[in-house]
Amino acid sequence: MSVVETKELTYTYPGSANPSIKDVSIKIEKGEFVLITGPSGCGKTTLCRCFNGLIPHFYQGELKGEVTVVGLKVLEQPIYQLAKSVGLVFQNPENQLFALSVEKDVAFGLENLGIPRESIQKKVDWALELTGTCDLRERAPHELSGGQQQRVAIASVLAMQPEIIVLDEPTSFLDPLGAKKIFDVINDLNKNLGITVVLVEHRLDLTARYANHIIIMDDGEVIFDGEPREVLGSKEARLIGVGIPKPTLLYQLLKKDGMNLMSTVPLSSEEMASMLKEVLKDYD
Amino acid sequence: MIEAKNVYFTYPNRVEALKGVSIRIGDGEFVALMGENGAGKTTLVKHFNGLLRPSKGTVFIDHVDTTKTSVAKLAKSVGFVFQNPDNQLFCETVEDEIAFALKNFGFEEKTVKKRVTWALNVLGLEHYRRNSPFMLSGGERKRVALASVLAWKPKILILDEPTIGQHHQQKEKLLQFILQMRTQGKTIIIVTHDVEFVAECNPRVLLMKQGKIIADGEARIVLTDPEILTQASIVPPQVTQIFLQLSNPDLPKEVIDVYQAREILLGLMERKKK
Repeated sequence: MSVVETKELTYTYPGSANPSIKDVSIKIEKGEFVLITGPSGCGKTTLCRCFNGLIPHFYQGELKGEVTVVGLKVLEQPIYQLAKSVGLVFQNPENQLFALSVEKDVAFGLENLGIPRESIQKKVDWALELTGTCDLRERAPHELSGGQQQRVAIASVLAMQPEIIVLDEPTSFLDPLGAKKIFDVINDLNKNLGITVVLVEHRLDLTARYANHIIIMDDGEVIFDGEPREVLGSKEARLIGVGIPKPTLLYQLLKKDGMNLMSTVPLSSEEMASMLKEVLKDYD
Repeated sequence: MIEAKNVYFTYPNRVEALKGVSIRIGDGEFVALMGENGAGKTTLVKHFNGLLRPSKGTVFIDHVDTTKTSVAKLAKSVGFVFQNPDNQLFCETVEDEIAFALKNFGFEEKTVKKRVTWALNVLGLEHYRRNSPFMLSGGERKRVALASVLAWKPKILILDEPTIGQHHQQKEKLLQFILQMRTQGKTIIIVTHDVEFVAECNPRVLLMKQGKIIADGEARIVLTDPEILTQASIVPPQVTQIFLQLSNPDLPKEVIDVYQAREILLGLMERKKK
């Protein structure tokens, strides 16, 4: 079942001469882990804003085509209705956090939905635990470091337990180990709870391994849409300058040099290392 | 030249962010400052343009003690591009944004125009000249912030997380740009978490942890030492991880580059065949 579907979606921001996304037709299935990538300004963020109705309800502008999310037509639904199903984590956490304490920020969305107090407490605890922010509970969000703010922003969306979680470069301010922890958390939510994940990310080295669907955009259009191994393993992906993971690149180079490697394209260092171990064994 | 001598810094909320940092960065050096969130990286570089002054110890920029000069004076030779571009941008058009500092420094109108066009070109922003910076994407705003600092051609350039929001091709351009700046003798300091980017540039790497420098050396050496990296919450580059997992006595461990990895592996295969 598709949880997100767009048909020939074209959108132009108010006062802008050219559309930011053009004729985008994509389908996202329930439980998928989707990676959206492309150069800055290619329309990734704009597309995500259509998923929870920020476009067109908040940003106005001109929207053509169709977008359906969890069976609801976005054009006909208010944002608060969509917000129950779609959680959006912004690129810049400062745009998302506003309460006086981390705890209040994470509870905010739930309070708005009129959920009983004890239930809110439980959900907040769960979200803080998952994102490793329990000890920040009483702190003021604006006093936190960029990385800490990003974790709190994710917690505040997680607490709502949405069906779909859309994350726009959610770890850009985090150190690599911190980023890996967050991606692992997101991956667990996807694999264990079945939450559909849409992740906007440039750093495919860190994230390609988790995805089972990749969408590459350029200049407002979708130029690749498919299975990550297939898309990232293709010559075209290299030609258009997508930052394919280094293990995948090494695989392609060695394959071209005639090394006898398996046909499954690797997306992580673990996969590439075990493949090389096999080959090296043959030579011993 | 930048010289920090036993620098300590404590924020008003009593957080001790620097605990005895001593380093020397020579003219024309390219340095990547890395380490976990809250390690003190941004605090340290803010000492280089006088935004912060040491609580103890001394920072010299070209032999001048930063406590004995003004931020305005230092700004001319030390350009600083913030992590979050929104803290830096405020003009109505991209063009005005880039011209702003130049006008403040009192450059002639003709020079301002030339410099603005040059900076727009270098960062691929020509099309956005008359757009509002706030209508641009996060990655583009980041480049506008960089262009606005570049334009006044500071001798030392500090870039806090320059690769955030930048796609592969833009990162390659950024690398080209850094190399170009180096040939002009500029000192470049980047604060970054982007291990893959650092692996591609192979600069001098300074690793920080809890207000101290815990490693200082060539990227190829520092980024292939898993123990020291873990201490700083850094994951080795993908290529290094492959070689660490292979843990093959016939293979070196100090590999960070994909093309170098390819040569080494092909070489090993050749030798094994014989």
